[in-house]
Order: sequence, then structure tokens, then C-alpha cells
Amino acid sequence: MQSFFAAYTWDNLRYLLQGLWVTVEVSVVSILFSFILGTLLGVARYVKIKYFSAIVGFVIDLIRNLPLLLILFFTYFALPDIGIRLPVIPAAIVAMTVFESAMLAEIVRSGINAVPVGQMEAARSNGLSYTQAMTKIIMPQAFKKMIPPIVSQFISLVKDTSLATIILLPELTYHAQIIYGQNINYMIPMFVALAALYFIVNYALSIASRVIDRRMSRAPR
Amino acid sequence: MAKRRLRPLLLLVAFLALALAGCGKSVADRDALAHAKATNKLVWGVKADTRLFGLMNIKTDQIEGFDIDMAKAITKQILGPKGKADLVQVTSDTRVPMLKGGNVDAVIATMTITPDRQKVLNFSQPYFNAGQALLVKKGSPIKSVKDLVKGTKVIGVQGSNSVDNVKKAAPQTQVLQLSDYAQAFTALKSGQGDALTTDNGILYGMSEQDHDYVVVGGTFTKEPYGIAMNKGQDNLTKAMNTAVDQLRANGTYAKLINKWFKGIPGFSLKEVE
Amino acid sequence: MFTILAEHGSALLSGLGYTLAASLMALLGSLVIGTAFALFEISHRKWLRIIGRIYVEVVRNIPLLVIALGFYVIVPRYVMPMDGFTAGTIGLTIYTSAFIAETVRAGIESVAVGQMEGARSVGLTYTQAMVQIIFPQAIKIVVPPLGNQFINLVKNSSVLAFVAGFDLMYEGKIVANATFSTFDTYLAVGLLYLVLTMPLSYLMRYLEKHWVSA
Repeated sequence: MQSFFAAYTWDNLRYLLQGLWVTVEVSVVSILFSFILGTLLGVARYVKIKYFSAIVGFVIDLIRNLPLLLILFFTYFALPDIGIRLPVIPAAIVAMTVFESAMLAEIVRSGINAVPVGQMEAARSNGLSYTQAMTKIIMPQAFKKMIPPIVSQFISLVKDTSLATIILLPELTYHAQIIYGQNINYMIPMFVALAALYFIVNYALSIASRVIDRRMSRAPR
Repeated sequence: MAKRRLRPLLLLVAFLALALAGCGKSVADRDALAHAKATNKLVWGVKADTRLFGLMNIKTDQIEGFDIDMAKAITKQILGPKGKADLVQVTSDTRVPMLKGGNVDAVIATMTITPDRQKVLNFSQPYFNAGQALLVKKGSPIKSVKDLVKGTKVIGVQGSNSVDNVKKAAPQTQVLQLSDYAQAFTALKSGQGDALTTDNGILYGMSEQDHDYVVVGGTFTKEPYGIAMNKGQDNLTKAMNTAVDQLRANGTYAKLINKWFKGIPGFSLKEVE
Repeated sequence: MFTILAEHGSALLSGLGYTLAASLMALLGSLVIGTAFALFEISHRKWLRIIGRIYVEVVRNIPLLVIALGFYVIVPRYVMPMDGFTAGTIGLTIYTSAFIAETVRAGIESVAVGQMEGARSVGLTYTQAMVQIIFPQAIKIVVPPLGNQFINLVKNSSVLAFVAGFDLMYEGKIVANATFSTFDTYLAVGLLYLVLTMPLSYLMRYLEKHWVSA
């Protein structure tokens, strides 16, 4: 037991927290970008513009059906082949954003689909343009329904950043690996710390989502 | 109806055509030496998981080792005392794509010069002579590569030529490939394999870190390490060779060997030079 | 890319086989474990509900990689020998079971409390009501999300590459290292993943549209 706590030296904890910081940094930036891009893509797929929506839909399907690990590899090692060369943190952000946007686009599309057709018809018959109806009537209702799946997608995103150890992103899991790689007695304490840190971040996210959800459903219409 | 069904297929073909068109090109062709001189900076791919050669120091958050010191010394030789050596972490698995993609100018990361690699990369003159050996737990029945019989498992690292070498030297053994040396050593300690194989220098570093593990059987290959650059970077290659010559001549090389390998069997200046 | 498939196709196909095997085994395993924890979560006994809740919350908030690596390095050192494929598949099973527990619980709950009350009032026991009335309806609701979980499993099984699990990603890395053609190799690997996942995902979309509403 003594040796268990001996693993949590000041240096090791600092090194772990440095990793956690990169995890949070990459997660937050990717969440912001993928939320914007995912919404745009989801709407683009929903509105059914000839060819355009079909192509967008197909690309979304392609990305959704590939492992993130492969997309990470591609972004870091294959994009330079066509002239796009990124340092490791931007590369991780780009890969996460591409993958998670595709996942979010599906959530957004099915969220919009879940809004009754009558809403659009009513809005249009009241003289709103299609765009107005979309932004003022349909999307606000759709987003309310989408909050739980979107947040669980964000939780996935935070967890998925651990996969970027494959391109040596200096995030939480990678730093833990370096620590126990140098002293095997630190292995179990590091895994406990990993589980605890990821749990805290993600559980906080899911509590936040519940609060937002409750507030929104209580809000007067 | 049939037309609609076909659309995904057509799109797939279009996607593949685009992807294939992207294959041939490469933009890592600019003169790396001129670029380094213009920016006063050389970008090096180095290991961070390999004791003695390149290991992350958790206390200082700096990578330390013989390869690191060499990279810094060579940078100063080429770019002058104000030249900056940027260190980017690589593993055996990632160093070739990083070079080919132009993410790094040069790799100094326990990399053996092999004919296969020479087809796609430029190498400097050898700067260190290692040889492949085995690392086992103290008291293991495995004493040399001959003991790697059917039913044994040996751990290696993806992208290292030691994996190919051990497959040739002991075709009966099962080879498990992990992504870096930290992972590989952890796997050995967890009992995932009976031995770990790579170059003796790396293995001595591991043994120094955990005395329950010992290097056995002597070396069964010769592994001359070189600095790797992308194919066609002949100016940079020439500059590297000159710099290594200068470091040997002015005593820096001997000093660094002494700093990192003093007292480790098989690594006197005479043996590695 | 085609030269990669022609020359190293057998290695990649063997990887595809391991990927498929790990995904199928993890699907079966996580279905059993996930259903069990779903039943815990809706149980009458408070302590079972608490156990179910804790399991689901803990497992789904921790990265799959951490779980799989834990089985690969901790279990063999302190408990029992376990190779990479087994460790990775167990990690996949446990990780996925938390999501399946949520899906199954939601499915059962959506069949509505009234059904259970009705069944009990005509004299069925709790178990009988569950097996004969609730499950058959719930299955219909949970099959499409389970299909999506299977697609996720195929993608997530790439985590086996971290633990020398011989899967498609692992073999892909080896081929990329042997040929030095990173771009083409991962293109081929991507294509092989799509061969597994794309038909499945179109099938699931079809099911979502036509099966549930039927």
C-alpha cells in the first residue's frame, strides 16, 4: 500500500496533469470545431439539395464507418503526402474534428428529422422563409432534443483523445505510459489515476448536460 | 430506382479515383539544408522511450540521451553556435513516415542502416555500432537466440529491423510487435513474452533501469546506426557527414560516448566507433 | 494501393479475420453482460440498482484504450496470463457492455410500465412477464441501436493494435513498415474496414426505417 502511494510523487503528478491539460485542450477545441462543422454538415445533409446533399451524406457515412485510429494516422502521416503538414497537436485536433463532425452530423440530422413536419409547414404558412423557419423554429427545437446524444458524443471525444497516443500526442494516457514504462511499480497507481481523471472530466460533462437539459425543459415557451 | 441505388457506388469510385490521384505526389522535396539555414533550425526526430539514447526525463520534461546530445552537437556544427535543434518525438514505427512526409528534417533515433531503408532514405555515415541481443528476466532458461524454439514468444517493436532479424535467426518463435520500447518493456515485465529483442545498447538501458532483467547471449547481428534523411536530400547528407567527421576530430564524439556508455560492456569508444 | 493489396493481401485479410472475430465475440459477451446490468438497473432491489448504475457510469466514462491496456499489462503480471487478442477482446466486451446496458434499459423502459402491470394483473410472475411480454417488444426496439453498437465494435477493435492483437490495424502497421508506403497501406486498410462497416450501416438505416415502424 505504501508503494502504491509512493507512485504519486510531485513530479509524476505534475507530468500527469500536463498530459491532462493537453487532453482537455485538444478536447475543447475539437468539441467547438466539430459542433459547428457537424451542425453545418447535418443541415446540409437534411436539406436535400440535389447531388450536394448526397455527396455530403456519403462522405459523412465514409468517415463514420472508419476507425478514428486510422483517421489519426492518415492526418499525421498521409496528409503530408499532399502538402498538408501539421505538428502533432493541430493534427490531433483536425483528425478528432473530422471524425466527430461526421458523428455529430448524424445526430443533428436525426434531431431535425424528429421535429414534426407540421412545424415547418406552419412556419412557412405564417410567412417565414425557409431559412427563417429553419433557424428560428426548427433548429431550436431540434437542439433541445439533441443535447443528450451530443453530450455523450463529447464524452466519447474526450475518451477518444487517448487514441492519439498512436501519433505520440503528449496527452494523459501517453504520459501515464511514460511514467510506468520507467518504473513498473507505478503501473497500477497510474492506471487508477488514469481511470479517476477521465472519470472526473467525463462525469462532470454528463452532469452539466443533465443540468442544461433540465433548465431547457423547464424554460417557458 | 436502379439509378438511385447506383449513386453510392459511383461516389465510391469517384472517392477512390481522387484518393489514388493524390498518391504519387510528394512535397517533402525542398532542399532541407537551405531551409534549415534560412530558419536557423534543424528539426530532428528522436526517441523518447529509449534509455541512454533518448529518454523523457519526467522531472525536467526534457528528452535526454546520446542521440539527443549528438543531434544538438551536429546542429551547432552545421548552423553555427546559435543554431537551434528542434526535437520531435518519433518511434521506430513512425520515423519513416515522419521523414517521408517532411515532418522532420532528420532522424537520429537508434536507426540501423539497412539496404531496404536505403532504397527510400538517405543515410549519413555510421555514427554508432550496435548489435542485436536478447533481454530476459534473471534466471530465464533462454540464454541465446538458439533457445528461441517453438512455443516461445519474443517481443519486438514495430518498424524496427530487429523484428525481421529475429524472424530469420529463430523462425520458430512467435514475434509480438508493440508500438514503442516503453510498451515493449512493460509487456515483457507483464509476462507477455519470454524475451525482448532489439539492439544491445537499448537493452542495456532497460537492464540498467530494472536490474531484474539481463542481456544474454551476445550480439547476433551488426547494427550500424546512421542519421536518416529523406531520399534526395544530398546536401543535408553531405553536411551531416562533415559534421560527424568534425565531432570525431575535435573530441566531442569521444566525450559523449564516455558520458553515456562508460562502464557498459561492449561500448568502449573502440567498439562503437 | 492495389499493389499493397496484391502483395500483402493475405496479412491484411488475416487481420480482418481477427478484427471480425474480436468484434463478434465482444458483441456476444457484451450483450450478455450488458443485459445483466440493464436488469440490475431496473431491479426492485436498491443495492442491485446501485451496482448496475456504478458499473455503467464508471465503464462508459473511461477510454477503451485504458481498459484494454489494463487487461494487457496488469492482469498478466498480477493475476493470470492473457495474450493481447484476449485482453483486447475482453476490454472491448466490458467497454461495450456499458453502452448495451443503457440501450437495453432504455428499450425495456420504453415498453412502458403499464405493460408490466397488465401482465402481472393477469397472474404472470415478474420473470414470466419479463420473458414473455416485455422482452419480445423491447428486442424490436433495441435491435437497430445494437446494430450500431456492432459497427462501433468493428471500429473500436482497432485498439487491439496497441496490444499486439493481430487485428487489421496491427497488420496494417506492419505492412506499412515493411513497404514504407504509408499512404497506400492505410488506404487499403480503410477500404477493408469499410467493406465490413458500410453494408452494416446501410442495413441498420434500412432497419431503422422499416422494421420499427412495422
